[in-house]
Amino acid sequence: MEKKEKVNEGEERIGVFVCRCGVNIGGVVDCDEVARYAATLPGVVCVSVNKFTCSDSGQADIQEHIRKYNLNRVVVAACTPKTHEPTFRVCCEEAGVNQYLFEFVNIRDQCSWMHIWDHEGATKKAKDLVRMGVYRAKLLEPLEESEVAVDQNAVVIGAGVAGMQAAMDLGDMGFHVYLVEKEPSIGGRMARFDKVFPTNDCSICILGPKMVEVARNENIEIMSYSEVVEVKGFVGNFEATIEHKPRYIDVDKCTGCAQCVEKCPVEVPYDFNEGFGTRRAAYVPFPQAVPLRGVIDLENCLRSEGKECKACIKACERDAIDFSQEKKYSKVKAGVIIVAPGFVTYDPEPGNDYGYGMDDNVITTMEFERLLNAAGPTEGHVIRPSDCKEPMRLGFINCVGSRDVKTNVHCSGGVCCMFNMKNAILLKEKRPEISCYLFYMDIRAPFRGYEEFYNRARELGIRFVRGRPSEVIEKENGNLVIRAEDTLKGVVRNIEVDLVVLGTGIVPHSDIEKLSKMLKIPRAADGLLMEAHPKLGPVDTVLGGVFVAGGASGPKDIPLSVAQGSGAAARAARLLVTGKAKIEGITAASDTERCIGCSLCVDVCPYAALTLDEKENRVMVVEAICKGCGTCAASCPVGAMEQRHFKTEQVEAQVKNLFALT
Amino acid sequence: MEPKIVAFCCNWCSYAGADLAGVSRYQYPAAVRILRVMCSGRVEPVFIFDAFKNGADGVIVTGCHPGECHYVSGNLNAEKRVENTRKALEYLGLGAERLRLKWISASEGLKFAEVMREFTEEIKALGPSPIKSRMSVK
Repeated sequence: MEKKEKVNEGEERIGVFVCRCGVNIGGVVDCDEVARYAATLPGVVCVSVNKFTCSDSGQADIQEHIRKYNLNRVVVAACTPKTHEPTFRVCCEEAGVNQYLFEFVNIRDQCSWMHIWDHEGATKKAKDLVRMGVYRAKLLEPLEESEVAVDQNAVVIGAGVAGMQAAMDLGDMGFHVYLVEKEPSIGGRMARFDKVFPTNDCSICILGPKMVEVARNENIEIMSYSEVVEVKGFVGNFEATIEHKPRYIDVDKCTGCAQCVEKCPVEVPYDFNEGFGTRRAAYVPFPQAVPLRGVIDLENCLRSEGKECKACIKACERDAIDFSQEKKYSKVKAGVIIVAPGFVTYDPEPGNDYGYGMDDNVITTMEFERLLNAAGPTEGHVIRPSDCKEPMRLGFINCVGSRDVKTNVHCSGGVCCMFNMKNAILLKEKRPEISCYLFYMDIRAPFRGYEEFYNRARELGIRFVRGRPSEVIEKENGNLVIRAEDTLKGVVRNIEVDLVVLGTGIVPHSDIEKLSKMLKIPRAADGLLMEAHPKLGPVDTVLGGVFVAGGASGPKDIPLSVAQGSGAAARAARLLVTGKAKIEGITAASDTERCIGCSLCVDVCPYAALTLDEKENRVMVVEAICKGCGTCAASCPVGAMEQRHFKTEQVEAQVKNLFALT
Repeated sequence: MEPKIVAFCCNWCSYAGADLAGVSRYQYPAAVRILRVMCSGRVEPVFIFDAFKNGADGVIVTGCHPGECHYVSGNLNAEKRVENTRKALEYLGLGAERLRLKWISASEGLKFAEVMREFTEEIKALGPSPIKSRMSVK
């Protein structure tokens, strides 16, 4: 469909390209009708309808039209700019049309998919939207992206298996990495596991050497017991402020010999063992810790009660104890940031979740993990907390704090099915005479070797009961009766066990909210960090130069976390290797002729990108700092401040054509 | 006739939420028009008045939840501006209830559709914008 006669209105020569997107748009919106209508709009010199405008042939069609009709504006009515604007911008630039003279009209995500059953309404709306786009396109102005140099350092937040992998990959490529870990040792969750599914390898045996490798990598600077507290800047030029918590031990002198630990008189519940057993106030996190250095937990130290205890000071032959240490801050510059803070498991509510917190013999699967662990508080002997006897009948309950409207509707992606199943298998392998019941709603065993693992659990004699237990009743002797409907048999069962293990779901780490707010990474409905695109940008975020990996962006098992760590490193390396990053041309622009120097815009700018030139009484824009939100433009009473690409007249052009047809 | 609704959406949160509503096929009336700006803080009162002048029965400004604004505090400026514009609308006789502000995140596709449906219903109950009869706007 082509409109042959030349339209003599100004100099705008607009081409409109309507995409059917297969049947996604074409099945609802009458695309030919939209194109016919577009051809009647002022400035439009040609229209074209494509099955898939984003395809090679669709893009070639745009470029051919640009050349044939000497187009200087391109309007594509298709899916959403959130995914496809970059594609069409490049397409236009290649054919000689400045990318900011391209206008995207969303007639799929916000039209055909929204009004599936209202074909007429959707078609009318699509026409209105195209009209709005065309009128806006007429007023668009060419802009240039600026290029900034990318600092050659990287910050990786979180040193679990995903963050470690990302740091190692970047370090091996020759980039300097600041690996910031909140805990005194790197290793994350994986360091706490006994065996890992589906192969049941010893977790720390495979992780330990990797942790040492990280420490040996000369390009990685481990900042343990530290947190990123502030991030300023933008892609290629971030500045992170890192808070270093005092260990009260001089890490340069300490060798991790643990003599101070032996002499410390204070015992507190051992967090690394999920509260089972105790550690001292002076402690080494765990035997394989990296860095293998002691820490003094001042909160529990006798000194915090004003007592003059010197047990550790006397014990340390190297004079490493230093109670004068204080919180320190350092600032680092980095071109990219990889965010890998990990996940936590759901914390059951006392009294609400099967008696957890009230009945001693109801524990979580993370706690059970530590009981099974040879390096754990019981050296691998499973006992029950109430009487330290070995339980002979166990009930494992899946989906506690997941797939539940009361707590968390999201599924933990098969990770906790496998986790609970693994713990039952490990126990059953050690002591076949122990009976294990596993209560489940559905078994999710999606990846390689997982289904086989599930079959093995059945072969070992673990009894699977399909149904979510309604309650767990504690008996006087500490035994527990699990009451559940067996939905396969259609009967209610009361099964007495000695110990109940809750398979708790994966939920956001408390740091996720903090990081999300600090870095401005949106969070998904499950509270975890949101990736740039659920399919095609799994380790990107909407922020240039910021990437995400591991359990922080959704429940993940170890292989997937490692893959994401590598993926995030590779995505980040694109910027580091080229040493250049592009910055959008959408910034504020001040018309100094009109400006009256009232400074209302200066007050609302979140970045201090505007300054009042007091001599001239005019506001000036520092473009390198401006991020282009446009808040200043909206506050200007005289129309002197503008946001490029969203100038008042450009937005008004859309507003005036909102309901031209309907 | 369905009331005509204009939704100003910020690029980072609510526009992505509107896309997610589409991807998830949560339906809302076709008389809703979405206008993309980079930040809800960009929406100036004149856009809102002109939307009414050009046939809108209701205008809704949507942005990131407080504390989650891509531009730190643009959404809070939007909140103040919408509040003031509501007063002006009341003064002009259009009624403050025809202008609304909602926080919708990129993951709240369902909420986006629900907000649009509810707002459409509320505006329907109010009837067409009084401007229309006075200015012979369609």
